Amino acid sequence: MADPEIKSYEPHHESLSAAVTESRQVKAVLMAIAFAFLAVFLLLPLIVVFHEALAKGIGAYTEALSNPDTRSAIRLTLLVAVISVPLNVIFGISAAWAIAKFEFKGKAFLTTLIDLPFSVSPVISGLVYVLLFGAQGLLGEWLKAHGIQILFAVPGIVLATVFVTFPFVARELIPLMQEQGNGDEEAALSLGANGWQTFWHVTLPNVKWGLLYGVLLCNARAMGEFGAVSVVSGHIRGLTNTMPLHVEILYNEYNAVGAFAVASLLASLALVTLVLKTLLEMRYGAEIAATRGH
Amino acid sequence: MKRLLLGIATFAGLVLASPQAWSADRLLNASYDVGRELFADINKAFIAKHPGVTIDQSHAGASAQARAVADGLGADVVTFNQVTDVDFLVKKGLVSADWQKDFPDNASPFYSLPSFLVRAGNPKHIKDWSDLVRDDVQVIFPNPRTSGNARYTYLAATAYAKEAFKGDDAKVKEFIAKLFNNVPIFDTGGRAATTTFVQHEIGDVLITFESETRGIRKEYGDDKFEQVTPSVSLLAEFPVAIVDKVADEHGSRDLAKTYLDFLYSPEGQDIAARDGLRARDAAVAAKYKADFPDVRLLKVDEVFGGWEKVQKEHFAAGGLLDQAYGSR
Repeated sequence: MADPEIKSYEPHHESLSAAVTESRQVKAVLMAIAFAFLAVFLLLPLIVVFHEALAKGIGAYTEALSNPDTRSAIRLTLLVAVISVPLNVIFGISAAWAIAKFEFKGKAFLTTLIDLPFSVSPVISGLVYVLLFGAQGLLGEWLKAHGIQILFAVPGIVLATVFVTFPFVARELIPLMQEQGNGDEEAALSLGANGWQTFWHVTLPNVKWGLLYGVLLCNARAMGEFGAVSVVSGHIRGLTNTMPLHVEILYNEYNAVGAFAVASLLASLALVTLVLKTLLEMRYGAEIAATRGH
Repeated sequence: MKRLLLGIATFAGLVLASPQAWSADRLLNASYDVGRELFADINKAFIAKHPGVTIDQSHAGASAQARAVADGLGADVVTFNQVTDVDFLVKKGLVSADWQKDFPDNASPFYSLPSFLVRAGNPKHIKDWSDLVRDDVQVIFPNPRTSGNARYTYLAATAYAKEAFKGDDAKVKEFIAKLFNNVPIFDTGGRAATTTFVQHEIGDVLITFESETRGIRKEYGDDKFEQVTPSVSLLAEFPVAIVDKVADEHGSRDLAKTYLDFLYSPEGQDIAARDGLRARDAAVAAKYKADFPDVRLLKVDEVFGGWEKVQKEHFAAGGLLDQAYGSR
């Protein structure tokens, strides 16, 4: 496959030098633009976050983080991620499996539905739950009669987070599974494996890197989601304030150190995610390239 | 794996189904967005007097809070910074129509007013509303279309102009148009306007609630800014109410009443005064007299004929505010 391509370029070889130097310049310019862009839009804000957080010294920083309301915001954010990420892993695998391995009516519709949270503003996603579960909403009366509180409590926050994060895992897995086809599974089944064994020993190992990427992205968004959660949270301190909401409140109260301290923690979580991803790529680079397909 | 899935499902189910724990000795106070420190102190003092009681606090923009309470945020009491937001709850049937009679002073235990914050030394010699329309003065306040704080500023300026021009509507309009022309940037909210004034160093004077200027000086340096109290301003009430429907459901009415009464007690008033709000209690007001310069306060009811009329004439689409904003 590769041979004819190389040969076809050979006749041009001598006239290439001008083109190569020019493309080198282009390459340098493109790289400069990319790095400048990253520096201005990513690195600089990140530095500002940590700078502001430590503006009044490390003592003020740790004090801000040991505030009970801040502690409970951190706990709640972790709890929401611990619930919503596994739920989305289950959903993502089922949806990707159904779409990649089976033919059925409404498949295109399902694919579109999965993308819905990407195309809807998070605030609207939150409002939908208010309209459903709110006291004036469709199910409001029924929920109240049964003493169930969903809105302005942890369940509402989890629901909103699951909604905005559910495309991440599915979106990673669908193209991967489609590319791999049904061959391996059919082979396993024909050799006598049952459905569960096939999934556990064949399908899952094939998609594990894609799945991991999906989980990392899903987790990052679950912890960072602001818009949808803001609408359904109720902002009760120590009970329903997540970290992003807490940052906003502290900032509005002229508590810059507190706000940026919590923000720096969120940023650190994102950095840990990034480092984890990079480490995995370094360690298992070849394997990832083979099974991830892009 | 099956067990893991089952575990997750059970856990999720438990969390989702657990009803909120309400009781007669627990209150949720839904409050406005910058009232955290005030109510943190108030609650501490209240709990010291009533051991075993828990007060949960929720803070966000007062209008957003009113909507959340209507949507089922189980707040036993509301402590807002706008009367119209309590009226919204009356319309929704959650608060009784005569809530302003349930507590003294129109159910507003403390009050404030739109006031000025200028740079140290007051280099532009800004003393009163009339200075804000000078050609050499730049004024900062947020967009009155989106910010309740700025609506007070707009109304206070209008009230001042109505008096100064003896009700000549054309001159009042001209005054407001000039004022708006002197605002280089209209931010969406009070916090953003503060950033514009303090951190971007734009403008000569920031107009916001007197209670806010204290927090700004505390955070950004007492020596960098000075408070200027105009000769006349508009009374900004901080209304409180029991959310009847919720309190009756939770059986918390007695505690709710005791809690709101505490705001009127000398101790509660003292805490509010230290936080920058003006106290109703005469003794407390006298104690902090130095912090709160004399000012003549006009009332919305007297100048504008009530909030409903203000809403219709000034803030409705195409109303006086829109006209002034559009004519910049």
